[in-house]
Amino acid sequence: MKLLTLNFLTCAIKTCKSSPASFPLHPRDAELEVVEADLNLAFLKNILPRLMWDELRVIASELGLPALPETPPSKADLSIPSPTAPAPATTLQLDPEAIDAPENPPVVESDVEEETPSQTAVDLHRILLETCITEGKLVCGNCGHEYAVKEGVANFLLPGHLV
Amino acid sequence: MSRPEDILPPDLFYNDTESRKYTTSSRIQKIQSSMTHRALSLLSLTSPSLILDVGCGSGLSGEILSQDEDSGTPGGPHVWIGFDISASMLGVALEKEVEGDLFLADAGQGVPFRPGTFDAAISISAVQWLCNAETSEESPAGRLSRFFNGLYASLRRGGRAVCQFYPKNDLQKKMVSSAAVKAGFGAGLLEDDEGTKNAKTYLVLTVGGGDVDGDITGVVRGMEGVDVMDERRRAKDRKRGEDKKGSKAWIMRKKEQMERKGKVVKTNSKYTGRKRRIAF
Ligand SMILES: C[S@@+](CC[C@H](N)C(=O)[O-])C[C@H]1O[C@@H](n2cnc3c(N)ncnc32)[C@H](O)[C@@H]1O
Ligand SMILES: [Zn+2]
Repeated sequence: MKLLTLNFLTCAIKTCKSSPASFPLHPRDAELEVVEADLNLAFLKNILPRLMWDELRVIASELGLPALPETPPSKADLSIPSPTAPAPATTLQLDPEAIDAPENPPVVESDVEEETPSQTAVDLHRILLETCITEGKLVCGNCGHEYAVKEGVANFLLPGHLV
Repeated sequence: MSRPEDILPPDLFYNDTESRKYTTSSRIQKIQSSMTHRALSLLSLTSPSLILDVGCGSGLSGEILSQDEDSGTPGGPHVWIGFDISASMLGVALEKEVEGDLFLADAGQGVPFRPGTFDAAISISAVQWLCNAETSEESPAGRLSRFFNGLYASLRRGGRAVCQFYPKNDLQKKMVSSAAVKAGFGAGLLEDDEGTKNAKTYLVLTVGGGDVDGDITGVVRGMEGVDVMDERRRAKDRKRGEDKKGSKAWIMRKKEQMERKGKVVKTNSKYTGRKRRIAF
């Protein structure tokens, strides 16, 4: 499961719906893996305003990943406007050694946009779309329910009385 | 031919054998692909989006979402999240290394994502399964309403969903679409090849409050065989499937119900033992 998904997933139990503590679910005994994927700049720009950044930072720290900046990048931070302009100074400063992974992923070709992803986009892509939880549990901060994750697949089937 | 959802619950029907048979059939691959493309054309996506695939199965529908525009996926490649009630189907999806994230979940229990998560949702050949309740505490109406309420909340304003499903009859068609309307959706039914053996029903759903073209009448106007529902109507919801008491289908279902009673997680003991089965 990608960390992107974890930034949108909530506890499925009815009585948790109204509680702020039911999001985000907290990983426990999690095993991580980096799965390479093509960088999709248009997707990153699309999803950026919907991210819950503080919660993403909490999850990153709970997983022992390098700290994310306090404020989210802006859409403009994600691309290098022209080949001559320097890359934005703010990067997410993800240490590539911290999780065993390849360097820069290939970029999805697009003939409409000529934009080049910045280092910030590459880092955001790495954390959201390439960093995956393969094993472990996701725990609700409100009710304590544990959702098992196996082979990256989380089990959200609920016993009847909790639906 | 009998309908699979009248014989067994979905997680038992789509066991390891059936899931493999389903996924490797070139006839099924072709049908699922063409219906997914049809659904995508109704979503009118123009840029890479976050899409939910309800009843994603082994990923025949989802893998099309991962393709780019040159391969015929408008606005693609999209990022998708799929869930399905059958661990065997998901096991096949894992073997195929689909790009979407997968969940084991029951659409009749809701959609566990925060409000406004998805740009769009698709469901290909799955929603008819919600018209059967598998335990005595549940009703098809209750399951449909939990699903559509959850789906509505999880879509962003202006978002769209397209559910292709196989209604058993007009009553079921009504039951499904009225549950969607009651959840707040603008809804339209689109029928391809109506009245033929190959008839396909698409429920096209919009969440208002976004772009002007989020209005359903804009989507389906001018299309043949489209029935736009803009009024919230009540459908008489049936409590149970239509199996005659004592019939073979009825006994099979009862038997499965008894076996499943009281189990927290649907166990798979008799059906397990193959390659990528995820045993929870
Ligand atoms: C005909 S398959 C379609 C799979 C995939 N969408 C495709 O196009 O190939 C129907 C799927 O719906 C799933 N399903 C049935 N009832 C479900 C439910 N209540 N929640 C989630 N998935 C369900 C089944 O397990 C099965 O994988
Ligand atoms: Zn909870």
